[in-house]
Amino acid sequence: MKRKLLAMIMTVTMTGALLAGCGSSSSTAETPAASEPAAASEAAPASSEAAPAASEEAAASTETAETAPASGETIKVGIINNDPNESGYRTANDKDLKSFFTAENGYEASFAYSLKNDEQITAAQKFIQDGVDYLLLSAADTAGWDTVLQDAQDAGIHVLLFDRTIDADESLYDASVVSDMAKEGETAVAWLENQKLDEYNIIHLQGVMGSAAQQGRTGALDTKVGENDNWKLVTQQTAEWNAEKAQQIVQSVIDSGEKFNVIYAENDDMAKGAVAALDKANISHGVGKDVIVMGFDCNKWALEELLAQNWNYDGQCNPFQATYLDEAIKTIEAGGTVDPKVIIMEEKGFDASEITQEDVDSYGI
Amino acid sequence: MTNLKKIVGKQIFIPIAALLILILFNLCADPSFFKITLGTNSAGNPVLSGYLVTILDYGSELAILAIGMTLVTAASGGQDISVGATLAIAGSAMLKVLCGGATSASVMQAPVIVALLVGCIAAMLAGAFNGALVAYFRIQPMVATLILYTAGRSIAAWINNNELPIISDSAFTVYGGFIPGIPIPTPFFIAALCVLAAWCLLKFTTIGLYTQAVGINENSARLNGINPEFIKFLSFVILGVCVAVAALIKISRLSTINYSVIAKDIEMDAILAVALGGNALGGGKFNLWASILGAYVIQFLTTTLYKFNVQSDALPAYKAVVVIALVVFSAPTVRAKLTELSKKKSRSVQLAGKEAA
Amino acid sequence: MNEEILLEMKDIHKRFPGVYALNSVDFSLRKGEVHALMGENGAGKSTLIKVLTGVYTKDEGEIRMSGNSEALDIRSPQDAQKYGISTVYQEITLCPNLSVAENIYIGRGSGAVQNWKEMNEGADKILKSLDIPARATQQLGSCSLAVQQMVAIARAVDQECKVLILDEPTSSLDEEEVEKLFGLMRDLKSRGVGIIFVTHFLDQVYEICDRITVLRDGKLVGAYDIANLPRVQLVSKMLGKDMDDLSDIKGSAETYKAESNMPPVYEAEGLQSNAGIKPFNFHVNKGEITGFTGLLGSGRSECVRAIFGADRVIGGKVKKNGKEVTIKNSYQAMKNGIAYLPEDRKRDGIIGDLSIRDNIILALQVMRGFFKPMSKAEAQKFADDYIKLLDIKTPNADKPIGELSGGNQQKCILARWLLMNPEYLILDEPTRGIDIGTKTDIQKLALKLASEGMSITFISSEIEEMLRTCSRMIVMRDRRVVGELSGNELTQNTIMSTIAGGSEK
Repeated sequence: MKRKLLAMIMTVTMTGALLAGCGSSSSTAETPAASEPAAASEAAPASSEAAPAASEEAAASTETAETAPASGETIKVGIINNDPNESGYRTANDKDLKSFFTAENGYEASFAYSLKNDEQITAAQKFIQDGVDYLLLSAADTAGWDTVLQDAQDAGIHVLLFDRTIDADESLYDASVVSDMAKEGETAVAWLENQKLDEYNIIHLQGVMGSAAQQGRTGALDTKVGENDNWKLVTQQTAEWNAEKAQQIVQSVIDSGEKFNVIYAENDDMAKGAVAALDKANISHGVGKDVIVMGFDCNKWALEELLAQNWNYDGQCNPFQATYLDEAIKTIEAGGTVDPKVIIMEEKGFDASEITQEDVDSYGI
Repeated sequence: MTNLKKIVGKQIFIPIAALLILILFNLCADPSFFKITLGTNSAGNPVLSGYLVTILDYGSELAILAIGMTLVTAASGGQDISVGATLAIAGSAMLKVLCGGATSASVMQAPVIVALLVGCIAAMLAGAFNGALVAYFRIQPMVATLILYTAGRSIAAWINNNELPIISDSAFTVYGGFIPGIPIPTPFFIAALCVLAAWCLLKFTTIGLYTQAVGINENSARLNGINPEFIKFLSFVILGVCVAVAALIKISRLSTINYSVIAKDIEMDAILAVALGGNALGGGKFNLWASILGAYVIQFLTTTLYKFNVQSDALPAYKAVVVIALVVFSAPTVRAKLTELSKKKSRSVQLAGKEAA
Repeated sequence: MNEEILLEMKDIHKRFPGVYALNSVDFSLRKGEVHALMGENGAGKSTLIKVLTGVYTKDEGEIRMSGNSEALDIRSPQDAQKYGISTVYQEITLCPNLSVAENIYIGRGSGAVQNWKEMNEGADKILKSLDIPARATQQLGSCSLAVQQMVAIARAVDQECKVLILDEPTSSLDEEEVEKLFGLMRDLKSRGVGIIFVTHFLDQVYEICDRITVLRDGKLVGAYDIANLPRVQLVSKMLGKDMDDLSDIKGSAETYKAESNMPPVYEAEGLQSNAGIKPFNFHVNKGEITGFTGLLGSGRSECVRAIFGADRVIGGKVKKNGKEVTIKNSYQAMKNGIAYLPEDRKRDGIIGDLSIRDNIILALQVMRGFFKPMSKAEAQKFADDYIKLLDIKTPNADKPIGELSGGNQQKCILARWLLMNPEYLILDEPTRGIDIGTKTDIQKLALKLASEGMSITFISSEIEEMLRTCSRMIVMRDRRVVGELSGNELTQNTIMSTIAGGSEK
């Protein structure tokens, strides 16, 4: 009897854990927003100049779509994404796709969400059976997609990848829309160089070591510091995307009495933790103040800090991929091919002295 | 000699010895570690700063959690590993109240005390859930609390619809920062209040005696009219209260919450604090004050490591060394050897003394 | 009956520090017999068995077995196994989460590879041959306790066992299950296996056994054919009182005269707990000392545990001073002025790591309530008072109780309950395992308390102690009350014959 009861409870526990596993993707995602898109390290030369700035285009095309549906016939798309609860980045990404692929814009979209590869593959097979025209895919895992994508190709379905790349032959998909983390870092470092400080004494707060976002964003800074004598790293520490750890690391530097004038945090959370430590020690920060604060991901609250001139810079990690996908679909519909296949998205860096409320509203995630 | 032995035999000697080792190490490596400066903050109020102040500051949440964890350990003979997740739940509930349900607020929408109460209720419910599983369903504490350990952070996210609420009211930063005019960090005062409350609890109720009785011999306790299930249950609920208070400090520090990383792995530090306090992790006799001191010693270690620029993802490795040292020194075989050694030594000292005489 | 001697143990000695556990004990087992090994606590039964199975090594003596010309050299359970001596213990020592077949064969495979099919077939064959109602592939935990016990026996039998030792195999079985087990034992007997049967149940001994060996205080009392040893004789031999030359040693306990107009301090009707005792009636009057007697395992402790609410009470009515009360747990019992000094001091009495002071005040503290902790000074005073009063030998009250000697521990527990000033005090084996001086102290104390008006129940395995203190005795056998003796009936003779029961007198 007792054993049975225990077994029952264990079952409940396991189920609970499973449920948690599904729901708590947010807890495994080390940070909302950051590090999400797998870096397209083999990124092709930026074709992004050709692509118009994402959101403006989005707004524009929405309007045009309302007046004149593309070709009178709706395009059927099946969209397979990760769970929108996974992170703030993913939520914004999903919202963007949902608001773009609508009947008004000439699309009939079905969505499937999962953080598990096998479930995503099942969803893909279902979409193929349903006879969609396009399969849009943000794969949970890079491997295992060959067969199902071959099936899609045989059925004459076009495959577009967004946000994450996969380990499959390039011929199996038509285009891939990704972020370039290294470029994000370069943009940020270029901005910092433009500040023309006499000396750069930098506290570098890194993300979880080895993640694509960390590698991309660290790389640019490391290179710069290596090249210039007046760029110094006061400390370079991983705070694992964690605000609390960032706060303690910065606190430790403050306690040591070492001088610093830049905080380069690889995501907004860590920047916030750093700022909390600065506030406590009465060290001024922001535009025209003692310490320059830099973050990434463009969380809405972070951009508001920029607007209030408390922070100086925030680098974007673009979740607004719908217009890029639309562009590619249009090209294919017109009988063309997407070339090069890898589309690197335009990603902005915001400067506190230039940011507007409009930017906050349209880019904040 | 006997005096020394008496001191060494006392439980609180363990955290004190660890503290002394750390102090000595820092003295040798860099005495500036102990420098404390009085400055002023942006509001023009005096504040103290320095590594020691940081230790008092950041060690406080851990000290508060150590109180609850000590009771849970003593009563149930096991540990609660869901502390971090429960803290996320309590913090999430507090922020929901403080922001009035919105995602951000520039002014607190409810008094802090109301938020604290709501957080307490949330954390106590979580504690009650754990406690019921442990006490009434007789599931091992580690296994029982594994449920919330895995699910808790999702629940925390669900409370705020997966939004990350932010409160930018400077009045709220007081709990994780400084009270205007007082140069010592507030968390230290909150911890002191909690310690006082714990002292009162031990002084004005019989919980200390009951908890130890249950932890040492449940059968005897039951035959003396104590309800062991209830005592275990109670210890988890008390831990819930501690978690809620710690959550207030944590969310006040950053004025926001990140469900996936807030108080990450803090349960391990809390358990380590209990162990470092010389308490048996198998339950029974406990010394609350030693656990609290243990918590500050752990923060001392953390701060020291940060000072020497040890990579923060390597910190657990150093803590592991502490755990190994503790386990080795508390092992019966090692203890027996040590007593033998000290006996020999005292004998030889006596002999030497005689010869000298 | 087969007269061939299968196993012979001669002049076995075994000493432990301070205890002479076996003093020149002889034992012989014939082929195809069930041989009961009887004796009260500390008689040396389990030591003898452990010597035979290699858990202990004997100090002196020799063990011979038919078929071996040499004396056996048993130094480990593996050695015993090798000679064909197998044991089945009271607690099932198999793995409930494995299958029946796995349990039969576990730890015997010659190699790492196991042929499952072969194993299951083999197991089924054994089960069938012994008529055990289980399948080889069934999970052991899903079988009834009796079947599990039988599987354990099957495992032993399959290892070509010649001597099978059953150590209290029936204590957790119901009557029907016991019958099944006996069926199996008879079957084995007919195959020539010699069975050593250890039990506390007299009825079972007389039902299944052929011979009895009685031990007492580590010495052999004798070996008897069952037909020549009436129950009363057996009991008197176990207790060490020779029936024939017993003179009544009625002690100082006066015949108690109840004040007729007073209701009993405590009265139970049809009281029953989940510990397996049959419902019983009981009452105790003001200033009266009653006793529960019977052999070990007869249910005397279970009765008082039911009174105190220590086991789960599942039936019966309880009255306190004539008023009906509910006593479902120890706290309710204490609130009704009942105190209970448990039989197993280590398990149920002391709180080992706590100080003497905390141990003494514990019950009173619980009575006072959660929000009324005693000041340290008050606790210290209580502790000091009772350390003096009961002459507890300790340097101070701070010493952990676990570091005291058994007698002093017992005095502390006694102090704990006296401090509560109960109306009714239950002393379950208060004198076990403690020195003679303390034993007398405790008996004297019980008499004194009773004369001051406290009602007391006294349980002891030593009949003289009971006779000296009790004015009325409840006699138990096989978990039921079989008699109540008072006044002139309180003699060793009547007690023993009541314990023995059966037809003989």
